[in-house]
Amino acid sequence: MESPAEIIQHTAGGAIGLSWLMIVLPLLGALILLVLNRRTDRWGHLLGVAMSLASFVVAVLAFVELLGLGEAERRQAVHLYEFIPGMVDMGLLIDPLSISFALLITGVGSLIHIYSIGYMSHDPDRRRFFAYLNLFVAAMLLLVLSDNYVGLFIGWEGVGLASYLLIGFWQFKPSAAVAAKKAFVVNRVGDLGLLVGMFIVWTSFGTLAFADLGTKVGTASDGTLTAIGLLFLLGACGKSAQLPLQSWLLDAMEGPTPVSALIHAATMVTAGVYLVVRSGGFFFPEGSPQALAVAIVGAATLLAGAIIGCAKDDIKKGLAGSTMSQIGYMMLGAGLGPVGYAFAIGHLITHGFFKANMFLGAGSVMHGMNDEVNMRKYGGLRKHMPITFVTFLVGYLAIIGFPLLSGYFTKDGIIETAVHHQPVLGWLAVLGAGLTGFYMSRMVFMTFFGEKRWDKDAHPHESPAVMTWPLIILSIGSLFLGGYLILSNRLMLWLSPAVGRPEVLPEFHFLSTPGLATLGLVAVGAAFAWMRYGRATVPVVAPRGSFLTTFARRDLYGDAINESLLMRPGQWLTRFAVYFDNRGIDGLVNGLAAGIGGSSGRLRRLQTGFARTYALSILIGAALVTGALLLVGNI
Amino acid sequence: MTTHYLILSGLLFAIGAIGVLTRRNAIVVFMCVELMLNACNLAFVTFARQVGNLEGQIIAFFVMVVAAAEVVVGLAIIVTIFRTRRSASVDDVNLLKY
Repeated sequence: MESPAEIIQHTAGGAIGLSWLMIVLPLLGALILLVLNRRTDRWGHLLGVAMSLASFVVAVLAFVELLGLGEAERRQAVHLYEFIPGMVDMGLLIDPLSISFALLITGVGSLIHIYSIGYMSHDPDRRRFFAYLNLFVAAMLLLVLSDNYVGLFIGWEGVGLASYLLIGFWQFKPSAAVAAKKAFVVNRVGDLGLLVGMFIVWTSFGTLAFADLGTKVGTASDGTLTAIGLLFLLGACGKSAQLPLQSWLLDAMEGPTPVSALIHAATMVTAGVYLVVRSGGFFFPEGSPQALAVAIVGAATLLAGAIIGCAKDDIKKGLAGSTMSQIGYMMLGAGLGPVGYAFAIGHLITHGFFKANMFLGAGSVMHGMNDEVNMRKYGGLRKHMPITFVTFLVGYLAIIGFPLLSGYFTKDGIIETAVHHQPVLGWLAVLGAGLTGFYMSRMVFMTFFGEKRWDKDAHPHESPAVMTWPLIILSIGSLFLGGYLILSNRLMLWLSPAVGRPEVLPEFHFLSTPGLATLGLVAVGAAFAWMRYGRATVPVVAPRGSFLTTFARRDLYGDAINESLLMRPGQWLTRFAVYFDNRGIDGLVNGLAAGIGGSSGRLRRLQTGFARTYALSILIGAALVTGALLLVGNI
Repeated sequence: MTTHYLILSGLLFAIGAIGVLTRRNAIVVFMCVELMLNACNLAFVTFARQVGNLEGQIIAFFVMVVAAAEVVVGLAIIVTIFRTRRSASVDDVNLLKY
């Protein structure tokens, strides 16, 4: 395998030197919108879009400049300032990996900003929404552009905050507030893993900068690397909704749909994959147990997400299960080492396009259907929303891996590499692809085909142009991007200065055994979905379903497990602590005080106010003292 | 030889103490206190004579001076109380209590 290129200190100016603008511009937008508050209500959304677009322009310029450099010079570190003296220098790392992410975040992010103008047009708080979106873009860019783990962690927490604020954007809905809190709490578990991992990195190597770690990592023992790798995997599981920290993502769909598209499908939830790929050269050496753990987590999650997606009637929750599943594919690819990195990142990019496309399509459907999310109340919408239908169809074909579309190349790349290196996990991924074919077809048939099952007051209509144009652009990406990136290994060669590449470049086989098996299973899944939901009538009220359906509808009992294993014991503990505090500690203190008060109240009665009583007690006291002195014989 | 003096002193002290404890009239209580003081004085003088030095006699003088001062203050208080409450009974003066 070829190792990554050296990181060079960037000295010349140019777009790379100005890359900090990418982070500062959206941050400035968020600050202006939040500080000036209601005064920006009229033009706030335009400022948000402008800042996101400006950031995208800077990213494109830096990308072009990077393309102009030789392969050995494509890792440029831009020093900004000394953050913690002697420990962390804040700087940006502009390399093929980070700039690919920056392009995805700002590009898809800008499209979603534009879409939100239309989607949120009736919301009185639209300005606040754009402020949070800008905040998210800034934090996500800091996460991927930082040249050290501290900056990455700040961005990591920043996107967590933005995610929390946006899931709970309609905080007057109790379900949204609870979902936001849940996402925040579950993410804290993962963040703890990342943080402790960083502590170990610092104590073992004395640095947190990517540039220094490359040379120092060889000095550590395998045990240290495994510990760091597993802790980082825990962090990645939290952020990317992988088993066992997956439960927050489905509830996160309480947020507005553009948020689900941007944060909970295209960008933030892929931060875990970024973390694994970025740390791959340091802490996930090929064939190590921690890399295998990443692949196993990915394979388990891709099946779990697909099973959940099969039973959901809420269109957004179905898509959320699908997101879990697709990120599982990426994790599986990232766990395979440098052979899988390019496919994982490729799938991440194309998934960013087609999943954002479908989420926005779902948003467009909801926009026309009075915010109804239950697919059992859709049906026959293709005639009423032609653009939404066609773009959704493109996204659908891309995700199930229809030949020659984006998802076909990237997902097939992951599956073939996995079958080659980890056969068991690879064939599980093939099975997952078949499930994808089923649940996505089910979604399309229930929404756009069949007879109308609408509510009486529903008047479906196509969304305005400001919402359909982003859909069209994203669906073009869903059509061609995968083929462009994967054929002749374009993405692998482009990423190789950042993540390394295998000695022998893989060739894309159109007619391989796993590829054909995948296509066959997808066809079976789609045909089964056609029989159940296309040709047959779909009941408006969900039937009870088998044990398996209930299992999937309840998110594989993930919440039940969390509740019984963590929440209930926690509540018992707090109840016991409260009881112990009230009865034990308070009882002791209060009892002591009451005892002293009571006895002094009784002692007080001795002060009768009769002088002769006092005289008697003085006399008795004097007699006692005298008697005592006589007894001792000391007189 | 000094035993008789000491017995007299003890009797006087006992009479005084019983008077203080049993009588209600403040003036009588006061006189009983004086009786106890003088019983002490007698004991002091007796012991001084027995030991053969003058210290006990000197202390007897001190006690007399203090008793005189006490009479001044005590009688003033009793007269004031009598003027305000029309009573010289020590049992009536019982406001300062629990």
